Amino acid sequence: MENVSSIWYVPAAILLHGLSGIPGLFCSRRSTRAPYGAAGLSLAASLLGLFGAFQVMTSHAAPPPLALPFHMIGSEDWSVGMDALSAFFLVPLFLLGGLGALYGLRYWAQEEHPENGRKTRLFWGFCVAGMALLLIARHAILFLLGWEAMALSAFFLVSAEDHLPEVRQSGWIYLVATHAGTLTLFAFFALYYRITGTLNLHPIGGDQAGLGALSALFLLALVGFGLKAGMMPLHFWLPGAHANAPTHVSALMSGVLIKMGIYGMIRFIGFLPAPPASWGVLILISGCLSGILGVLFAIGQHDLKRLLAYHSVENIGIILMGFGLAMIGRSLNRPLWILLGLGGCLLHVWNHALFKGLLFLSAGSVVHTTHTRRIDRLGGLAKAMPWTAALFLVGAVAICGLPPLNGFISEWFIYLGLLHTLNPSPSGWAAISLAVPALALIGALALTCFVKVYGTVFLGRPRSDAAQHAHEAPLSMRAPMLLLALLCVLIGLFPWWVTPMLNQAVAVWMNRPSAPEMNLAQHVPLNLVTVIGVAFFLFAGWISFRLFHSLRRAGGKTSLMPTWSCGYARPTAHMQYTASSFVQALLHLFRGIMRPHEQRPDMHPTFPKEASFSTHVDEPVLDRQILPLGRLLSEWFGKARPIQRGLINEYLLYVLLAVVALLVWTMPLGRLCECLFTR
Amino acid sequence: MNPLLNALLVLVLALNLFMLGTSRILTVIRMVTLQGILLGVMPLLVHEHAGLSAALASAAAIILKGIVIPFMFIRAMRDVQIKREVEPLIGFLPSMLLGALATGFALVFAAKLPLVGEHTTPLLVPASLSTMFIGFILLTTRAKAITQAMGYLVLENGIFLFGLMLVDAMPLIVELGVLLDVFVGIFIICIIVNHVNRAFSSLDTRRLATLKE
Repeated sequence: MENVSSIWYVPAAILLHGLSGIPGLFCSRRSTRAPYGAAGLSLAASLLGLFGAFQVMTSHAAPPPLALPFHMIGSEDWSVGMDALSAFFLVPLFLLGGLGALYGLRYWAQEEHPENGRKTRLFWGFCVAGMALLLIARHAILFLLGWEAMALSAFFLVSAEDHLPEVRQSGWIYLVATHAGTLTLFAFFALYYRITGTLNLHPIGGDQAGLGALSALFLLALVGFGLKAGMMPLHFWLPGAHANAPTHVSALMSGVLIKMGIYGMIRFIGFLPAPPASWGVLILISGCLSGILGVLFAIGQHDLKRLLAYHSVENIGIILMGFGLAMIGRSLNRPLWILLGLGGCLLHVWNHALFKGLLFLSAGSVVHTTHTRRIDRLGGLAKAMPWTAALFLVGAVAICGLPPLNGFISEWFIYLGLLHTLNPSPSGWAAISLAVPALALIGALALTCFVKVYGTVFLGRPRSDAAQHAHEAPLSMRAPMLLLALLCVLIGLFPWWVTPMLNQAVAVWMNRPSAPEMNLAQHVPLNLVTVIGVAFFLFAGWISFRLFHSLRRAGGKTSLMPTWSCGYARPTAHMQYTASSFVQALLHLFRGIMRPHEQRPDMHPTFPKEASFSTHVDEPVLDRQILPLGRLLSEWFGKARPIQRGLINEYLLYVLLAVVALLVWTMPLGRLCECLFTR
Repeated sequence: MNPLLNALLVLVLALNLFMLGTSRILTVIRMVTLQGILLGVMPLLVHEHAGLSAALASAAAIILKGIVIPFMFIRAMRDVQIKREVEPLIGFLPSMLLGALATGFALVFAAKLPLVGEHTTPLLVPASLSTMFIGFILLTTRAKAITQAMGYLVLENGIFLFGLMLVDAMPLIVELGVLLDVFVGIFIICIIVNHVNRAFSSLDTRRLATLKE
């Protein structure tokens, strides 16, 4: 009985989230209280939803699906249901949905954004509600409803500042991409309906479809959900949208929204019976590609939020690597591969939501006080914003997959899983372990990238007036960041706290009850991580304590000195290493892929004049493929220009010709000819 | 089958061709007026026992097309001080031949249409189609805005003829609504004609192409 009632928490949370922005619409534009109401509702809804999700994940039997009291299309009831997999994705959603609303109170304050503050809060609620709906939907139409609610409200969130042309452009690109994805999903569900004869979502039976139809379903799901997830060649909408959205929206999109694509892949590709191993290999390879290219292009960025956006592509790559391994394990019937691969994939979904949410929110604090996203105009912020700097550092260490934080744990699962492909009788599948160096490369490049970001933004001296006058973020912005950082540390130190939930989610995906051998804690020495992590923190604490003491003994004064500047007498802040110069060697190494545009100054005369130097890295898909293709198409269609000269006579003539053509077409011409030419 | 109706339809067809062949705008206005009056009479002839609604439609059509609209045209013509359509895109004789061709096509086509031919005269549908085509020809081949407006009126006359078949089925309000549409359309065109003339110092609609982005 308890389970039956537990399913109601999430629909109630969806309702509350969806309604959270509506009362604010009736308040005045200058009302400063309405945002607090919306944030309060969002927080309450999130608590309710988190409670419901955790209840499902900790109880062993999933509650039975709940038929909604109405159906609009088709004869089947729309039903919602919860299992450990849905609940697993609901947790980061409600976490960021609530914390982001709290963060937005001061970050996107009504008095600073009177023209779009109410809109942003309204669509924030819709977006979170739509995502939660699609996670619990057990009927295709209901799923698509949630999907579109999420996609469209995200469009309005991205284009919040629609008076800026670049925001409008990113919004349009996002809209085109998301609709292309939805169209693919329509095709997917239509084919699903053709095969199964029902729109209720459940696994397809082994004898219901041939390999051709199943492969079509697989490819449709890969493209449709991959567009949302930001898988490498389909990620082109992502950097612009993440960079130009308000930062708490970027955190929600990067942390949760793109994971809906991952959820769709895991759920619906899991529905297909007896997958060939080549599917898993395809997913694994695209994961490696996304990971490596994502982090490479992140290194080339000069915009703080754009850089973080490319890191989302990278992390989606890591998640897909785990999922690909699980798919291969499913084809070859290796439960251990599934357990480690899918376990790492799912845990990385949580972890990425936590640390990328944290990174975006701390980047938002920087943008909020300095009003610029350009890395090379910042600098020395650690002194002005110590909290933000420390929290960003936590996020940066976590995203690089360094112990003892959470990013390490999930990547470790995937490493172990990939290495297990070597373990029992190295068959031809040992080649999978080639993904291990790819994953290692991703980690190393991510570390380089975050050394660049952290060093340029937070260390050194301010490079502009804006950075000079920065100040710390208010408490309502720091508190969500603090909570996220705390969770990063907790998962990093005590991973055995989350593995039971992971086991359950993996068991749901494998369609079998949680068996004792399907236990991550048995295959991974998690306690060792705790011991090493705690020892590390104790050691770090001891060192800082000693340093603090020796400083106190020295008189408690630290003297500020300029950095060694090669003997130059009067160094200025502009002579520091810039972000571009820091990564110049790497850019050069990968110039074949990155193709950076460098604008070099002309330094020939004896007394060089004022000059400037800049580098720029294109978006590999958008700028190099899609936009040239668009220009080519518009050139072709431009050839039709002459028939559209703005002359009303001509337009009417076209109407006349069309009418005559239609009339002639309906005429039985053959019989007419017979009448005319035969006797 | 009503012989008087048939005779009127033939007259309408002849007027169509006459309209295509003349360059004097005043003549065209007179033709259109006459055509409108003829059309106005027709609802009374289509059915032997014409009711009040037919009489009302007939009266409205005659008043609008026979009196009000020609009056507006003549005023507009006087305001902009033009008398002739000087440079049509297709000459007068060729456009007349084109009109004849269209009429022939309409006759052939209407013969093939699957019509419920109880109470229609065999000429009604071809006359309607041919009038529509000729309205189109006027619209597309004439350059002056005022002649084009008349093409629009002729086009509507063709539609009105087609509607005669449905005089029982169609409620009066639809008929009156169409008439009101035409009236408002012509009214606005006649006002715009004056403004176009002032802004472009010509009534040539080809100059409006400069408004294109």
